[in-house]
Amino acid sequence: MLLHLYLRAMSAMATILFDGVAYGMLLFVLACGLAVTLGLMNFVNLAHGAFAMAGGYVTVVLMDRFGLPFLACLPIAFAAAALLGLVLERTLYVHMYGRSPLDQVLFSIGLVFMAVAFVDWAMGSSPQNIKLPAWLQGRRDVFGVQVGIYRSFIIVICGGLALALQLALMRTRFGSRLRAAVDDARVARGLGIPVSTVFAVTFAVGSGLAGLGGALGAEILGLDPNFPLRFMIYFLIVVTVGGTSGIVGPFAASLLLGVADVAGKYYLPALGAFMIYLVMIAVLVLRPHGLFARPR
Amino acid sequence: MDAAALGLVRRARWRWPEVVLWLLAYAALLMPPGKFLILNEIAILALFALSLDLILGYAGIVSLGHAAFFGVGAYTAGLLAKHVTGDPLAGLLLGAAVATVVGFATSLLVLRGSDLTRLMVTLGVAMVLGEIANALPGLSGGADGLQGVTMGPLLGCFDFDLFGRTAYAYSLTTLFLFTLLARRIVLSPFGLSLMAIRRNPLRAGALGVPVNARLIAVYTLAAAFAGTAGALLAQTTAFVSLDVFEFHRSADVLLVLIIGGAGWLYGGIAGAVIYTLLQDGIAAFTPQYWQFWIGLLLVAFVLVGRQRLVGGLYAMLGWARRR
Repeated sequence: MLLHLYLRAMSAMATILFDGVAYGMLLFVLACGLAVTLGLMNFVNLAHGAFAMAGGYVTVVLMDRFGLPFLACLPIAFAAAALLGLVLERTLYVHMYGRSPLDQVLFSIGLVFMAVAFVDWAMGSSPQNIKLPAWLQGRRDVFGVQVGIYRSFIIVICGGLALALQLALMRTRFGSRLRAAVDDARVARGLGIPVSTVFAVTFAVGSGLAGLGGALGAEILGLDPNFPLRFMIYFLIVVTVGGTSGIVGPFAASLLLGVADVAGKYYLPALGAFMIYLVMIAVLVLRPHGLFARPR
Repeated sequence: MDAAALGLVRRARWRWPEVVLWLLAYAALLMPPGKFLILNEIAILALFALSLDLILGYAGIVSLGHAAFFGVGAYTAGLLAKHVTGDPLAGLLLGAAVATVVGFATSLLVLRGSDLTRLMVTLGVAMVLGEIANALPGLSGGADGLQGVTMGPLLGCFDFDLFGRTAYAYSLTTLFLFTLLARRIVLSPFGLSLMAIRRNPLRAGALGVPVNARLIAVYTLAAAFAGTAGALLAQTTAFVSLDVFEFHRSADVLLVLIIGGAGWLYGGIAGAVIYTLLQDGIAAFTPQYWQFWIGLLLVAFVLVGRQRLVGGLYAMLGWARRR
């Protein structure tokens, strides 16, 4: 009897761990663009969630009005958000590099307000649903642990993306140019690296990934006009707790945050998000440069 | 007296636009009823923005969670009125006192790290307090808000009327007294040392300014101001909801201060007047989507350049005065 209870508790815990990892992976894809713009380029962009929301709503519109299959919508969500990011970077954000953090905060809060009101106007304020294809729905029993199929799908896609990003940042020519441009833009420019193009492409890819995350996460996170504000703090936690040297830190922070959030909501529902904020404050006070970073 | 002291004395002199402003604000009490609710709102927002000005405009601490203290003051005053006594002044004092304690406790957190760390920590503090209020529905009323707040008469003889005349007079007088206090503080050697810290903390420290102690002091003081503003809101509307801790409140007050101009004693008041009138005006023709236009204004404001805009305005004023 006791053994039975123990096994049940263990399998519940494994399910929570699994859901938490999937949630964390999703957070990573959503936030990794911010890890580059905020963490590496030092730009305080509170509007990052707006690009995720754009990806989510593009998917909703394509599936509902044009009947496209879910899988076909994912690359389009990426492309749409990336294009939006590229246009905004070239027209607006480019003027904000090197400005004071206060200016950047005000500017991006303004963008968030506009995005929230615009989506509210265009799509209505009610939450949107994405109808997943049948083969992605349901749960399967793996060694006594309930595993959601859609969550496994997310883990595979997001894990692959994380790996690809790390390789791109560390092993490709573009990655080394980006790291050089971030470390010292002036010297990099002097060496003939097209710094502003590198930044623009990086910003676009980061926005695109957020859009992809928004499309993938609409089912789990929910999608409504307040999305950018609701998840802003989560993205910021991933970046600031993860630290600002590369994407390994943010990746670890995403997983931690995902597991802690899911477990917290399951075991201590009364506390809500309380613990996460408290942990974030503690980390920032003790290690202002993040858990996984060396101080610069 | 040395030059710095003389400069302070000269700057501390009352100028006629200030006197006119306060006379006009008090003259508004003689108007027929109808606009007192919005005037009361402006006065409270102005006090809240003034408190942010102390830390942002004078000491240079960027906060995204100033609503934390506003909310603490509001809930303290609301709970006191509901459970103990309906005396407004007692609520005001207690609200300010509790906010001061919370401000002092959290001031230690904003001393470290960069602007970004401060943003996150202040935001986190407001979130944590909001979550606490949310997790204690028995105390805070939860999502329904704190209901059953009944206020006694002000000073034992002025009842809070339906039109909000008493409420406006009460909020305006509180704002006036706190502006006097802030005026005295920023035009003192203490205020000068804050401005030195904002310009360059390292150099201020080298000159012998105790940087951390000054930052703690001003942060705690600003928390007291914000708590008072929150208490005023709770008392004059006889209602408190979880909304007092929300992010948009912290963002709005930042916006108000930036519109009015940070680092200037009347920036909060000017910003509160402009912001509330603007919001009222936009909401009149598009009630649901006014946020879009506020956002657009903010983006345009930053792109054109805060310094250039506000500085240009001052230059124009200075030019007018010299003529």
